[in-house]
Amino acid sequence: MEWTKLLIWVAKGAILVNAMLVSAAYMVLAERKIAAWMQNRVGPNRVGPWGLFQSFADVIKLNLKEDIVPAAAHYQFHALAPIIAIGVAITLYAVIPFGDYVIIGGHTIQLGMAPNMNIALLVILAMTSVAVYGITLAGWSSNSKYSLLGGLRSAAQMISYELSMGLSVVGVLMLSSSLNLSTIIRSQADLQWNLFYQPIGFLLFFISSLAELNRAPFDLPEAEPELVGGYHTEYTGMKFGTLYLAEYANILSASALMTALFLGGWDVPFLPKLLGLQPGSIELALLQVGSFLTKSFALVFVVIWVRWSLPRFRYDQLMTLGWKILLPIAMANIALTGIGILLFKH
Amino acid sequence: MDMHVLLFALFAVGAVASAVLTVTRRNPVASAMSLVAHFFMLSGLYLTLEAQFVAAVQVLVYAGAIMVLVVFVVMLLNLGNEHRLQERSSLRSVMGTLIAALFAVQVIITLLAHPTGMNAMSPQALTIGTTESIGQTLFTTYLFPFEAVSLLLLAALIGSVILAKRHVK
Repeated sequence: MEWTKLLIWVAKGAILVNAMLVSAAYMVLAERKIAAWMQNRVGPNRVGPWGLFQSFADVIKLNLKEDIVPAAAHYQFHALAPIIAIGVAITLYAVIPFGDYVIIGGHTIQLGMAPNMNIALLVILAMTSVAVYGITLAGWSSNSKYSLLGGLRSAAQMISYELSMGLSVVGVLMLSSSLNLSTIIRSQADLQWNLFYQPIGFLLFFISSLAELNRAPFDLPEAEPELVGGYHTEYTGMKFGTLYLAEYANILSASALMTALFLGGWDVPFLPKLLGLQPGSIELALLQVGSFLTKSFALVFVVIWVRWSLPRFRYDQLMTLGWKILLPIAMANIALTGIGILLFKH
Repeated sequence: MDMHVLLFALFAVGAVASAVLTVTRRNPVASAMSLVAHFFMLSGLYLTLEAQFVAAVQVLVYAGAIMVLVVFVVMLLNLGNEHRLQERSSLRSVMGTLIAALFAVQVIITLLAHPTGMNAMSPQALTIGTTESIGQTLFTTYLFPFEAVSLLLLAALIGSVILAKRHVK
């Protein structure tokens, strides 16, 4: 029994990590394609049909490139930074439940590595606060002024926006009274999505995730016109590729989180009852996972859409938005949620 | 071998190793990063002891705080001249060794006094470390100290805002 359990775990982990890395690589392609579409260009279309194999070509190219480390760099930290970045990105996926559970041959298999963790939400916040290290270390260890400026900007930005990000999920916590992502998703069953009860919380979380991800309009850490490439200026080959992959993996995990916290997670309204699907059946599990991934990738699309629509903030605007606008609104949202719970839930 | 014990031993060795690295590295960033690793090991220790909330908060609070430390190191210390940061007086290291030795003796005495009391986890431990139970205790038994601490933090917050605003006309 123990061995099958272990085997299921290892299989789940392997599937999850591979699926995540391939999706991240394909999100790069999606970003380029969507950007081209929005700017009335064609985009990458040489490798494979519609350029679909571009991601593989990119990864192979990155792997074959020479790995150049600047002579003045702190080489241990220079090598460590991408590892931290991708490690943190992968760890986040461990707590995300992609579906409820499925029963195959008498084994109840949870669709996620640790979907019932009691402290899932805290782990996510902890991991996002550790994610700063990858970027800041990359910036500092390169020993180049562009990288250093990018790294320091990203540190300031991520520490600032962590606050409003953490506070914006408190409303969700109060409504579902749990830190467990599966419980949070179950409390939103049948279209009782937190999006409708916490619209302000969702907006705050979305904006601060964009800032946490260093995405436009908050992409100051890698602002091309000023900083060349920001914190990854001095990276080449697969180390650069790893930093890049971590960035896209983080976009996907942030979208998955927003799905779980605000969009009802795997919840599909009405359809399972209409089709008479039993909990634990493979069909329902497929439907749930499909719905979760559809919602997540829709959010990924919105993130990309925002990048190609909005110009970059100035640094002081970024800080003003974070500290003087988002933070007070997040606190007001908590108070409002409390009043709402007091009035309508009792 | 019990899985718990094995993990505990792993994390314990890791914690001690990273703590030693924290104080022996001359490069401040290396030292700070070892400290982060140490906190991760501590968090693992808490998890093996079923203190989930403390484990998550350990990483959440301290890792974020050390980031600020790293930023200060990068911005304020001239990292090219690490040998300048070398301790000159030996008095401090002597005192440090003495205090550490004293602490070690204390730990050994405690362990000898309770040779059997530290083997099994008490059944209470399974529930006492959850977020729910900590929240319950904080907002009932320890409500007053909790609110007093939050007032203290508020005062510090306002103080830092005023200090930062002093030069702005």
